[in-house]
Amino acid sequence: MGRVDGFIELEGVEKVFQVRRRAGLLRRERREVRAVDGIDFRVPRGEMVGYIGPNGAGKSTTIKMLTGILTPSAGRLRVAGIDPSRERTRLARRIGVVFGQRTTLWWDLPLRDSYGLVRRMYRIPDSRYRANLERCVELLDLGALLDVPVRQLSLGQRMRGDIAAALLHDPEVLYLDEPTIGLDVVSKAKVREFLRDVNAEQGTTVLLTTHDLTDIEQLCKRVMVIDHGRLVYDGGLDGLHAVGESERTLVVDLERELPPIDDVPGARPVKVEGPRQWLAFPATRSAAPIVAAVAERYPLVDLSVREPDIEEVIARMYADRSAL
Amino acid sequence: MVDATRAYFLIVGMWVRSTMAYRLSFVMMTLGNFAMTGLDFVAVAIMFSHIDALGGFTLPEVALLYGTTSTSFGLADLAFGNMDRVGRRVRDGTMDTLLVRPVPVLVQVAADRFALRRLGRVTQGAVVTAWALLRLDVDWTPVTVLLMPMMLVSGAVIFSAVFVAGAAFQFRANDASEVQNAFTYGGATLLQYPPTVFGTDLVRGVTFVVPLAFVNWLPALRVLGRDDPLGLPGWVDFASPAVALLCAALAGVAWRVGLRGYRSTGS
Repeated sequence: MGRVDGFIELEGVEKVFQVRRRAGLLRRERREVRAVDGIDFRVPRGEMVGYIGPNGAGKSTTIKMLTGILTPSAGRLRVAGIDPSRERTRLARRIGVVFGQRTTLWWDLPLRDSYGLVRRMYRIPDSRYRANLERCVELLDLGALLDVPVRQLSLGQRMRGDIAAALLHDPEVLYLDEPTIGLDVVSKAKVREFLRDVNAEQGTTVLLTTHDLTDIEQLCKRVMVIDHGRLVYDGGLDGLHAVGESERTLVVDLERELPPIDDVPGARPVKVEGPRQWLAFPATRSAAPIVAAVAERYPLVDLSVREPDIEEVIARMYADRSAL
Repeated sequence: MVDATRAYFLIVGMWVRSTMAYRLSFVMMTLGNFAMTGLDFVAVAIMFSHIDALGGFTLPEVALLYGTTSTSFGLADLAFGNMDRVGRRVRDGTMDTLLVRPVPVLVQVAADRFALRRLGRVTQGAVVTAWALLRLDVDWTPVTVLLMPMMLVSGAVIFSAVFVAGAAFQFRANDASEVQNAFTYGGATLLQYPPTVFGTDLVRGVTFVVPLAFVNWLPALRVLGRDDPLGLPGWVDFASPAVALLCAALAGVAWRVGLRGYRSTGS
């Protein structure tokens, strides 16, 4: 039954923290913070999902509940049919976790030693371990790094090392909390390529939080947006534009300077710079009729269409919510 | 239990290897540790060059109290001494990385930063105990022979329980490591002197509040063939293992409560 429903399931999950604050010399004020305020979602096995939201939105709290670190205040939560908070250690064998800003590697020892500990701690069979290590070494380019003490690795190298460490025991689910934070472009690309590969070949279910929306664009078909502890969006990347009321921009070069084009239905002028004009129109509408209408009425030299910037879309979503 | 012990030694092995990355520093630290704890007893010995007895106890008798406490404490410190890092781990968030592994958190925290140099104290304690036993004219009956190892093991368990309970308390108040040190390091210092040196109320408090007295005072007094200052019934001298087990159980409960609290507040 669980298989039909989804591999990761959340139903009305809440997490309420009691925060005590000093209010005077001895008096303490108690305040309730609803870090996660009723979240429902399902992730089928093998899906790769992006989980995004501003700082303090409840992303990390959700991940911590999904790994069993935190106990939910209310609601039902299952990962691979296991209640994470009740059977944390049993679940631990089936999940991999990468905290972007905290390494689990041994600072003074070579990478290889950290992997050896993982092998024995998770009791990974020899053949599996060798095959997994070999694959990680090849795809994450770790060959030259295996015998280097971790303290001598760069941030990008260490992150690659950490991701490999989280995958040696064949986890069915991989949680990544900010896996590309602080990495250079080359390392980012390598990490993304590897994650795509793991997801496609091993069928590993991946849930990743990030601030880098390129991660989402390149990796995830599905994205969930959380803000103030609630899910404000869950769906495809394209759908985000509709929800965020994002606009595409038509840039037209006319033969000469003209007053702003304000007589094309569905489009509005946003900027004029000499003969070049910028027209905004809803991202959900086709550009063709607008282009046709402009071409019909104005002396057109050249044109281009700009896709909406996803970061702007999301920034607008956040802004809308906080205005409420 | 077997799994937990195995995991403990796996992590300990990693730390020993990490330490060996700085071999010279390890050697210096171990020697330093041995010398420091050694000087500790030298201070007691110097005191005895001016007096013949402290609270009615001679130097070898004090050495027995000192040596057994030091050994017990050294063993506990070796095995659990780094648990006061719990507070820091909670504050910097690295506690979370321990919670996602298939190994009990208590084991991981106990093995955290395992320091082999702490063998220095165990060695010193053993040397002092051995010296005391050579100098003392102990009436070696089966009972006193049995009391010695019982005393050392129970003592180590009781000190360990205090370490664990203290660490559990740090989930609540993450700066509590000083409070804990007052009980562990402070307790160890207290026990290294004969009980008659201290006031009766203090001794009573130590016996009942933190059962550190069971670590060595009561059984050691029996080995020495003396009466305890509180005049407790004789069987109490043999209560150490029971007290140790009780302490371990209570510490286990405290740890569970602490960890559960952490998992519901995350801070």
